[in-house]
Amino acid sequence: MSTQPIDEKTIAELREIAARYPEPRSGLLPMLHLVQSVQGRVTPEGIEACAAVLDISAAEVSGVATFYTMYKRHGVGDYHVGVCTNTLCAVMGGDEIFARLKEHLDIGNDEVAVQRQGDSKTVSLEHIECNAACDFAPVMMVNWEFMDNQTPESAVQLVESLRAGHEIQSTRGPKLCTFREAERVLAGFPDGLVDEGPTAGPPSLVGLKIARERGWTAPDAPTTPAIEAKESDQ
Amino acid sequence: MTDMLTPVLTDMWDVEQGWKLAPYESKGGYAALDIAFGMSQDDVITAVKDSGLRGRGGAGFPTGMKWSFIPQDNPRPKYLVVNADESEPGTCKDIPLMMGNPHVLVEGVIISSYAIRANKAFIYIRGEVLHVIRRVQAAVEEAYAAGHLGKNIHGSGYDLDVVVHAGAGAYICGEETALLEGLEGRRGQPRLRPPFPAVAGLYASPTVINNVESIASVPAIVKNGAAWFASMGTEKSKGHGIFSLSGHVQNPGQYEAPLGITLRELLDLAGGIRHGHEIKFWTPGGSSTPLLTAEHLDIPLDFEGVGAVGSMLGTRALQIFDETVCVVRAVLRWTEFYKHESCGKCTPCREGTWWLVQALTRLENGQGTEADLDQLLDQCDNILGRSFCALGDGATSPISSSIEHFRDEYLAHLAHGGCPFDAARSTAWAGTEVSA
Repeated sequence: MSTQPIDEKTIAELREIAARYPEPRSGLLPMLHLVQSVQGRVTPEGIEACAAVLDISAAEVSGVATFYTMYKRHGVGDYHVGVCTNTLCAVMGGDEIFARLKEHLDIGNDEVAVQRQGDSKTVSLEHIECNAACDFAPVMMVNWEFMDNQTPESAVQLVESLRAGHEIQSTRGPKLCTFREAERVLAGFPDGLVDEGPTAGPPSLVGLKIARERGWTAPDAPTTPAIEAKESDQ
Repeated sequence: MTDMLTPVLTDMWDVEQGWKLAPYESKGGYAALDIAFGMSQDDVITAVKDSGLRGRGGAGFPTGMKWSFIPQDNPRPKYLVVNADESEPGTCKDIPLMMGNPHVLVEGVIISSYAIRANKAFIYIRGEVLHVIRRVQAAVEEAYAAGHLGKNIHGSGYDLDVVVHAGAGAYICGEETALLEGLEGRRGQPRLRPPFPAVAGLYASPTVINNVESIASVPAIVKNGAAWFASMGTEKSKGHGIFSLSGHVQNPGQYEAPLGITLRELLDLAGGIRHGHEIKFWTPGGSSTPLLTAEHLDIPLDFEGVGAVGSMLGTRALQIFDETVCVVRAVLRWTEFYKHESCGKCTPCREGTWWLVQALTRLENGQGTEADLDQLLDQCDNILGRSFCALGDGATSPISSSIEHFRDEYLAHLAHGGCPFDAARSTAWAGTEVSA
């Protein structure tokens, strides 16, 4: 994948991010996301650009960029596929899914699969830690969108569809965008896809559904709010 | 008598496009703002204190008391920071909350910031949840456009700006001082306390850091009164909380109930353990809270009840494992997680988690002797309480509790010369492909 240079527009956006905060350096995490949205990874050029905007050393930026796992030193695929292998998901089948994908894609952890003839997009694979969707286990993420309740078969199908360039919908979100497009949202530049996807996925609703069926609610609010009542007592 | 489930925060989740401003307002959303602005800031703090709300991020510190620690005579700006870095293994409540009802968080941010006299607030969301970030970004934008944020909110004279900040993948940033480091554009390594963030937090200014669910609970407290909130829950653990069931249950998911509900009651609602199996062990509040077993099904899930049996309520992340699961495998995987996520600042945690992984790997592979178990516990003893933050402490919880409850299973690995369990029996699809 080609690497675009950090041009003046990007420098202006880096400055815009820094300006959101009382102290510009607070913008560094989203700024590095922006670098990844332009160049697909955190490049030496991107590190220099952030350092220049924030007037800190490149070493300081590098120190931050290497601490956080979402920043990539090498390129990832158009679709970066994560498989949760923390205990709950691993037990529910995440280990099997990850093993199957490694075998199917013929790669190890944190590697990019070969782009075969006819593949219009590339995928990379990583095992990830708990992504806060345990009630949808086993969970996968593609470019940090939820792909809930996976099996080894559905996972293989998913990566093949991605490589073929088919349109794939997140189970609780929009049509999957590319890694770079996702990184731009993380930098704080919305992409207009917010209104896609449901309010909540089915497991999120199990308790609420029971409450609705049985007429269970929180206690009624007092007709005179207690706080006002207390004030008028004084 | 309070109902068994009490949807408050989850009440929007089955509403069509419930994340948008209009449906939220049509259910009474943002009405608590004017009530709050009609009160003095101190009265808002008192109401939250009186409600008995305790931090929903795991530690359970009284929220109103935390707010009252902000030194108002300090001339520096005050800040509110929302900890939306939900990453504790098993914890999955704040993510659906922000996805389905982001405005209740924004409304809570406004009232809470007003109470502590902050004019700038930050919502620090873990980076790995793209659509959740979109929803919160949009909610903040909508709130600005509607005059709920910005200058002179609702004509009150109060100004507030909110920044939505995406993290970049670091469990440790759920620890509040590490989160502040991340928010200042640095490596997320915890700070030594004191000074506590209330005195010297973000930019060395007085700062309140609260969990998403804590802040989101504030609007209903202001609207319905402290007594309303305190009418739910138990004597020292008041109010409603989201309980997250995952793993080997028929219907995993989110159940919003008064604190003090039991796992037996929750399992009844969830249709029980998956058919043909029985519960073996569970976490009450994420992997950092010591494991419990079938003998603890009737303890009240509140701060005191879970504490009394040697664990912690934590984040009400109830991960349920049935008899097909090898506890050594489960604990080893959590330990590998802590090793990966240790920030490297404190030696006992940085080095200790590596030693723990090595020792546990040997045991899972059936190597070693019973004396290795005691050495493992000794290693835990040398990690627990010896670092700046609780990550290392959390790493020891599953190990020491699993040895306490399942020592024989560790020994069975040694006798068997390896893991006696078949991992395939634990998967979500076990038994579905072949019924032999």
